Amino acid sequence: MSLHDKDRIFTNVYGYQPWNLKAAQARGDWDDTKVLMARGQDAIIEEIKASGLRGRGGAGFPTGLKWSFMPKESKDGRPSFLVINADESEPGSCKDREIIRHDPHKLIEGALVAGYAMRARAAYIYIRGEYIREAQVLEAAVQEAYDAGLIGKNACKSGYDFDVFVHRGAGAYICGEETAMIESLEGKKGQPRLKPPFPAGAGLYGCPTTVNNVESIAVAPTILRRGASWFSSFGREGNKGTKLFQISGHVNKPCVVEEAMSIPFSELIEKHCGGITGGRGNLLAVIPGGSSVPLVPAAEIWDAPMDFDGLKAVGSGLGTAAVIVMDKSTDIVRAIARLSYFYKHESCGQCTPCREGTGWMWRVMERLRTGDAAVEEIDMLQQVTKQVEGHTICALGDAAAWPIQGLIKHFRPELERRIAENVREAAE
Amino acid sequence: MPKVTVDGIELEVPAGATVLQACELAGKEIPRFCYHERLSIAGNCRMCLVEVAPGPPKPQASCALPATEGQVIKTDSQMVKAAREGVMEFLLINHPLDCPICDQGGECDLQDQSVAYGRGRSRFHEEKRAVTEKYMGPLIKTTMTRCIQCTRCVRFSEEVAGVDEIGALYRGENMQITTYLEKAAKHELSANVIDLCPVGALTSGPYAFEARPWELKKTLSIDVSDALGSNIRLDSRGREVLRILPRINDDVNEEWLSDKGRYMVDGLTRRRLDKPWLRRDGKLVATSWDEAFAAIAAIKPGKSVAVVAGDMVDCETMFAAKALAGALGSSLLEGRQTGMDYDCSNLAAVNFNSGLAGIEDADALLIVGSHVRWEAAVLNPRLRKIAKRGGKVFIVGPEWETTFPATFLGNDLAVLGKLPKAAADAFAKAERPAIIMGGAALGKGALAAGLAFAGQFKLVREGWNGFNVLHMAAARMGGLMLGYAQRGGIADVVQAKPKMLISLGADEVDYTKFAGSMIVYIGHHGDKGAHAADVVLPAAAFSEKSGTYVNTEGRVQFADKAVFAPGDAREDWTILRAMADALGISVGFDSFDQLRTAMASDVPALGREGVAGYGALPNGKAGGKGMIEGYPIKDFYLTNAIARASETMQRCSAELLNGEVFAEAAE
Repeated sequence: MSLHDKDRIFTNVYGYQPWNLKAAQARGDWDDTKVLMARGQDAIIEEIKASGLRGRGGAGFPTGLKWSFMPKESKDGRPSFLVINADESEPGSCKDREIIRHDPHKLIEGALVAGYAMRARAAYIYIRGEYIREAQVLEAAVQEAYDAGLIGKNACKSGYDFDVFVHRGAGAYICGEETAMIESLEGKKGQPRLKPPFPAGAGLYGCPTTVNNVESIAVAPTILRRGASWFSSFGREGNKGTKLFQISGHVNKPCVVEEAMSIPFSELIEKHCGGITGGRGNLLAVIPGGSSVPLVPAAEIWDAPMDFDGLKAVGSGLGTAAVIVMDKSTDIVRAIARLSYFYKHESCGQCTPCREGTGWMWRVMERLRTGDAAVEEIDMLQQVTKQVEGHTICALGDAAAWPIQGLIKHFRPELERRIAENVREAAE
Repeated sequence: MPKVTVDGIELEVPAGATVLQACELAGKEIPRFCYHERLSIAGNCRMCLVEVAPGPPKPQASCALPATEGQVIKTDSQMVKAAREGVMEFLLINHPLDCPICDQGGECDLQDQSVAYGRGRSRFHEEKRAVTEKYMGPLIKTTMTRCIQCTRCVRFSEEVAGVDEIGALYRGENMQITTYLEKAAKHELSANVIDLCPVGALTSGPYAFEARPWELKKTLSIDVSDALGSNIRLDSRGREVLRILPRINDDVNEEWLSDKGRYMVDGLTRRRLDKPWLRRDGKLVATSWDEAFAAIAAIKPGKSVAVVAGDMVDCETMFAAKALAGALGSSLLEGRQTGMDYDCSNLAAVNFNSGLAGIEDADALLIVGSHVRWEAAVLNPRLRKIAKRGGKVFIVGPEWETTFPATFLGNDLAVLGKLPKAAADAFAKAERPAIIMGGAALGKGALAAGLAFAGQFKLVREGWNGFNVLHMAAARMGGLMLGYAQRGGIADVVQAKPKMLISLGADEVDYTKFAGSMIVYIGHHGDKGAHAADVVLPAAAFSEKSGTYVNTEGRVQFADKAVFAPGDAREDWTILRAMADALGISVGFDSFDQLRTAMASDVPALGREGVAGYGALPNGKAGGKGMIEGYPIKDFYLTNAIARASETMQRCSAELLNGEVFAEAAE
């Protein structure tokens, strides 16, 4: 019952075919985009709403609804902008990279369609700085599209003018946060802005802006071509569509694969990844949605449906669907401590709880890793994560707190064992 | 007017207010570090968290959240308390807690708020962060380990001062505040970041380790370093004023103060005249008051007396000298020491009519012959606001580094009668056009041409007067109100060849022109005036006497006495009163109160605090001519006797203006 090849949106995700315009057109991209646009802006947004597409960047906000927040007409002459978030920096995530390097025209066509629907003047694609080859491909693809008249003045002969700019980041994780990305695009230090005002009111250069993930934009043309009902035929209620899953870690065949939403974890692993290394019994825990979400122990994840609500029910989240699988050879405390280091390193330093809290949490985690701590410090660490969570300007504070909370929730005995062992060794 | 509920108190708040402002209106104190009324909202310290319904189920930063209809705000719930305690704990984990050796101690926001929200003891057992020192110039002492990254100083530099000097480097817990390439902060308002800093990261360099705030007597006074009359507070201990801080007055200085006004304070104790001096055989020798007065009596000036007032004297001193000269039968009074002779028959023509706060509303502005950053440093941020709001600013005179977009129209004053098209269009379209005439323009006799400009572009209209003269001396407007102006300026005084010239702290006069006069200098510093004098009578500096000052917008303000004058020095009015006895005449007052009463009956406006108001503008006469070759102030830091005596100001001049390098001694 898994996804058939005919229902896959990303038909070149493995790069078996060239990325260029000719090959992309052979795969069906840019096929009469003018007709798609001729449906009208509101009709496009309605179609996306009806498809049940939720943002693929991690937060899962309904994409059509987001587009509908954009002003229908500019009252004061300000243009609107679409910003496409290709700053894929979440540890574990690697789906946007595959789209950009193997199927960039899906993204560019999506940019045009989505930009047209939200009446945007231009799209800015903010691509992660480390994606050097990918940025080269994307820039070349944008140039191809310009040369073919697909974007630019009178894009696809629709009468609509639309530009696409590629902007390369400088390697900061925080620039994947939508308002920090806007700051960075404006040439400033990448620090998240306060909300409100939301980007839809005052975003890039103070103009109405929507920030969308690469995948959310890239699937839009196919949804419009095949219809909302086709897209919504996959997945459970509230979690519709297909999704690129990225499975890494202790599986036999790590891969990026497009699957229907709500596929059970077990099926995803067994069917596409050749199973857990050492078999099902060797599974320790899974981080199902990129480094920001809490881990889920083996017993709870096995039958969980891989979607927003299903993973929420087991105390985690779908995030970007970057599934990090850890078998029993993993030093789970060290793994989470390494994530804590990542968040400490990537905190922008703007607001107090995250700036000070991430460093504190990482240092305590490092001591817990070796057991050089007191048992009470586990509770203290838990309290510190609670002091960070929900008190910061952006979600990085939450993202830094959740993995540790997951660890303490599920692996407290392991933490206490290490402390006891350390005490015993010291006594000897 | 949205209606909100704060801790059960229902109230209406002004539209556009934030939740923090709503809480303050309800009488609830909200702790904060990064939020400041005059800076943009950063929302980064997270100390002002409150619980707001409707909204997400987590505490909200009240400084950044707009108050909306029907909000229910809680500032005392368990969630809020926990949130604030959490933030306070985070702020303290990397703060050095070196309060006993920190100059901010006793006036530190972090210290105060940790009393309310801090834990009794630390749970942080890791190593604390240390930050390398940053050099920010001779005025700002840095201890960056204490920094809590509130970014107030960064926002002040960018938004108010208009110079991108201070910024943040690195990210996360390594974020550091620094000046660009660790160069000295060079602008004229740089030391205001010391007041803004909520902790001891930026403290006052010259004042380092001088005193604790609770030891200091606070006296309200007026800044005399320029003509703006910035409101200040003198902090003194014993007989010494240790520091000067700005007071809040939205009509005058908002809450800023120029570096000169703040740091010339150490000049108050240096090069002071603390006993009378007499010139004998060409040399000044110390003497007693009796001998000094005997020498003055021996001059027997008769009617041949003139008075020249300096830039920093108060109205009472000038009135007492006027009364003395009047009793002798002379009205030769002048305060414009450098020879300016503009027409003072109508004071409205030499006043800053828009008001210092009002000028912000201008939408087209022509500055003629004024280096505003040096002549009125605290006014410059207001002019910057004009440009930020889209107003057009044009400047006639040699180029200087503006902190806002402005167009220089060259040095030729003839441009007043014939503006280039872009400027003419801007003024024709403007709803509130304005002109500022500076000292360089007045010196070139451009006042009439400026008034003609005012007539041409209708600078005076319903509810708006856009004609402004920007003076540089704190005594100027008061002096003009008291008649310290001759038709021909000081040249008239020279021509009269007075037998006795009384100099009230006038240090900018060319005394070689008074070679035939006996010069009696009443002043507080051994500066140019005292060098040229025949009799030197030691008087009080502005901090050592009560006095009335009128700023360039005609605002009458009173200053209080903070400390006593040093040695044998006396308050100016008592010296003049005693001189009257020596000369055998009566001036009509025996006490300071009587003097003030007499002054108020002579010039009623000087008895009332507030803007005096001088009525309608006279008509001008077109045809400005001449070139503005330069501005009167050659060195911002050394414009008066107190500043010239100040080591801090000398160092600023040497380092910031003349590029001398003061290498930090290796420790």
